[in-house]
Amino acid sequence: MSSPVLVVDNLATHFFTRDGVVKSVDGISFNVMPGEVLGLVGESGSGKSVTGFSIMGLIDPPGKIVSGSIRLNGEELVGRDDASMRKVRGKSLAMIFQDPMMTLNPVLRIDTQMMEAVQAHEAVSDKAARARSAAALAMVGIPAPEERLSAYPHQFSGGMRQRVAIAIALLHRPALIIADEPTTALDVTIQSQILSEVQRLCAESGTALVWITHDLAVVAGLADRVAVMYAGRIAEQGRVDDVLDRPLHPYTHGLIGSVPGAHLEGTRLHQIRGSTPSLGQLPPGCAFEPRCDRAGPACSTMPVISQASDGRAYRCFNPVPQQGVTA
Amino acid sequence: MSAVATNPAAPHAELLRIEGISKRFVKPVDLAGRIANLLGAKNRESVVHAVDSVDLTVAEGEVVGLVGESGCGKSTLGRVIAGIHEASEGRVFWRGQDIAEMDGPARQVFTLGAQMIFQDPMSSLNPRIRAGEIVGEAPRVHGLMNGAAQDEYVAGLFRQVGLDPTYRRRFPHQFSGGQRARIGIARALAVQPKLLVCDESVAALDVSIQAQVLNLFMDLREALGLAYVFISHDLGVVRHIADRIFIMYLGRVIESGRSADIFRDPQHPYTRALLDNVPRLDARKRSFSTVKGEIPSPLNPPTGCHFHPRCGLAGPRCSRETPKKIVEGDGRMVACHLADGGVG
Ligand SMILES: Nc1ncnc2c1ncn2[C@@H]1O[C@H](COP(=O)(O)OP(=O)(O)OP(=O)(O)O)[C@@H](O)[C@H]1O
Ligand SMILES: Nc1ncnc2c1ncn2[C@@H]1O[C@H](COP(=O)(O)OP(=O)(O)OP(=O)(O)O)[C@@H](O)[C@H]1O
Ligand code: SF4
Ligand SMILES: [Mg+2]
Ligand SMILES: [Mg+2]
Repeated sequence: MSSPVLVVDNLATHFFTRDGVVKSVDGISFNVMPGEVLGLVGESGSGKSVTGFSIMGLIDPPGKIVSGSIRLNGEELVGRDDASMRKVRGKSLAMIFQDPMMTLNPVLRIDTQMMEAVQAHEAVSDKAARARSAAALAMVGIPAPEERLSAYPHQFSGGMRQRVAIAIALLHRPALIIADEPTTALDVTIQSQILSEVQRLCAESGTALVWITHDLAVVAGLADRVAVMYAGRIAEQGRVDDVLDRPLHPYTHGLIGSVPGAHLEGTRLHQIRGSTPSLGQLPPGCAFEPRCDRAGPACSTMPVISQASDGRAYRCFNPVPQQGVTA
Repeated sequence: MSAVATNPAAPHAELLRIEGISKRFVKPVDLAGRIANLLGAKNRESVVHAVDSVDLTVAEGEVVGLVGESGCGKSTLGRVIAGIHEASEGRVFWRGQDIAEMDGPARQVFTLGAQMIFQDPMSSLNPRIRAGEIVGEAPRVHGLMNGAAQDEYVAGLFRQVGLDPTYRRRFPHQFSGGQRARIGIARALAVQPKLLVCDESVAALDVSIQAQVLNLFMDLREALGLAYVFISHDLGVVRHIADRIFIMYLGRVIESGRSADIFRDPQHPYTRALLDNVPRLDARKRSFSTVKGEIPSPLNPPTGCHFHPRCGLAGPRCSRETPKKIVEGDGRMVACHLADGGVG
C-alpha cells in the first residue's frame, strides 16, 4: 500500500468580510492516492473552488486558512510563504481552471508562455524548452504543434485553449493536478475529447487528480472516489459506486434524484425543497437540516464524521437506510 | 384558483408549423479588414447560414426539444419560432394560418401566443423594476386586464410559479437564481401564451433548483395545456422533458423523431456520437469515446454533409452531396446518405 499524495486534514478556510465571516470551507478531510481521481462535487457556492485554491496556496485576504493541514507527499503546505509555494506550484502541483485564460496570458505567444513554464523549474536551454513544449502540445492532441507554438491564445478555439492549459499543467509531470470545472463551458463532443486525454495522460504519468465539478455524471465516468460538498463541508465521500448507487447522506440522495435523464422520461424529478443556503447564516447544526426530509431533533447539533463499513465517511444523524451495508 | 384561464387543447391539433425556414446573418467586414481593403485586400462581408431549411411542427400541449452544440442555430431557430426574428426564407404557420398573411389582430394572437424565456434570467430582468411590475407590464399594455384587477392577477401568477406573492415588491437582485427563473416564467405566462420557447432556461441553475423548475414546466403543461419548444445543450434535460427531439448540426436538423425512439435507436452518426459522449450517472469509470476534430465554423461549413470531416462512416458522396431528409415511419427524419442508398 503506497501512501497518499495529498492529505487534507480538517481544513477550514474562512473569508472575513465586512458583512461577517463566510465559512466557505469548514472542517474538511480527504486523501488522494497516487494516480487516483477524486471527484469533488457540489452545487454552486458549496466551497469546491475555495478548497482547490486552498491546496494551491492561492487564498488571498480577506480569506485565510484558519485551521487544518494540507500535506503534499508528506510535506506541509499550510503556512508556507509565497516564494516557497511558487516552487511547488507548476512543479509537483498544478491547477486547470474553467477559463483557460486564467492560465494563459492573452498578449504572449504560446511558445513564450510554455518555455517560461518549463524554465521556471528546470535549467534547460531555449531549444530544449521549446522541444518540450511542442511535445506537450502533441501529447494533448493539438495537430501541427510546431506551427501552433507561435500562435496567440485568441487564435485557438475554447477547447484548444483548454488543451494548451492542460499541456502546461502536465509539463513537469506533477504529482497532483487540481482541475476546477475545466470542461463545463465546452460542448459535449469537445468535453469528451478532453476527458479522454486527461484520463489517458494521468494514467500514463501516474498523476493524481482532484476533479471539481457540479456534474455528477462527469464524476461517474471519470472518478474512482467522490466527495460531495454542501455548505463548506463534505456531506459524504467514498467510492463512486457506493456513493452513487447507495447514497448515505440525504443530500446526496436528493441530488442524484434531481439529475434528469437518469429516470423515466416525463415523470417528476425528485426535488430538494428550498434553496441553496447562504453561508453567512447557516443553522448551528447540520447545514442541510432546513431542506432535509429525514431531519430529526438531533440535527440541530453538528453531526460528527461517521464511518460506514464500506469505508465511506459521512456527516449525518439519520443516513438513508442501506440494503446489505451497515452504516 | 389560478389567475390564468386553462384551456385544455384538443390532443394533437397542430399549433405551429414551420416550413423551409432559413435564417442568414450578414457579418460586415471588421475594421481591420476594411483597412486592409484600402491597401488592396479583398475582404468581403461574410454570411452565416445560422438556420438552413428547417421543417418542424409543434402540436398543442406538446414538448419539442431542440438540441445541438454551440453555434448550431438553436437560439436563432427558437427566435424565429417565437416571432422575434423574421426568417430569411420559409413560412411560419400558427394554427394553420401563414403569419405573413395575418392581419393585425390575428398577428397579435400569434405574438402573444408564442413567448420566449431566455437563458439568463438576470440579464433579461430590468434591475430597477419591481418583480410585480415586470410580470404585470405586458398584460396591462396589451389590455388583458384593467388596473384594479392587475394586482390580484399578478399575485395569482406568482402563486402559479411557486413564488410567495408578497415578493412582488422586491427587485430582481433580491431573488435567488431559481426564483429569478420563476419570475421569467411568470412574465411569459402573463400574456396567456399557448407556446413557450425556453432557451437554455435551466442551464444556469444548480441541479436541485433545476429539478424544481423542470417540474414546474411539467405542471404548467398539465394545468394550462402549454406546448414547449425546449432548447438545451443538455441531452439529459431534453430526454426528460421532450416528446419529440430535433437534433441540429451547423444550422441543419440532421435527425428528428420521438424522443424515446431517438434515444433507443439513434440513426444519424452525429446523433450516435452525441449520445455516446454524454456523461451518464450509470456509466462508471468509462473510456470516453470521441468524435474527432473540432466543430467547424458556421461561417465556412464543410461541403455536402456538414458532419463529414468528423464522421467515421463518411464516403465520397458525403463531401459532394447534401443529404436529403429521409422521412421514415412515426415521423422519424434522418438526413444521412447511409439512410438513402449509401455513402459510396
Ligand atoms: N474572496 C471571497 N470573499 C468572500 N467570500 C468568498 C470569496 N471567495 C469565495 N467566497 C465564498 O465562498 C463560498 C464558496 O465559494 P466557491 O467559489 O468555493 O464555491 P464553488 O463550490 O466553487 O461554487 P461554483 O460551483 O459556483 O464555482 C461562496 O459562498 C463564496 O461566496
Ligand atoms: N444576430 C446575429 N448576428 C450575426 N450572427 C449571428 C447572430 N445570431 C446568431 N448568429 C450566428 O448564427 C449561428 C447560430 O447561432 P445561435 O445563437 O442560433 O446558436 P446556438 O445553437 O443557440 O448556440 P449556443 O448553444 O452557443 O447558444 C452562430 O454562428 C452565430 O454566431
Ligand atoms: S452523410 Fe455521411 S458524413 Fe454525414 S453523417 Fe451520414 S455517413 Fe456521416
Ligand atoms: Mg467554483
Ligand atoms: Mg443559444
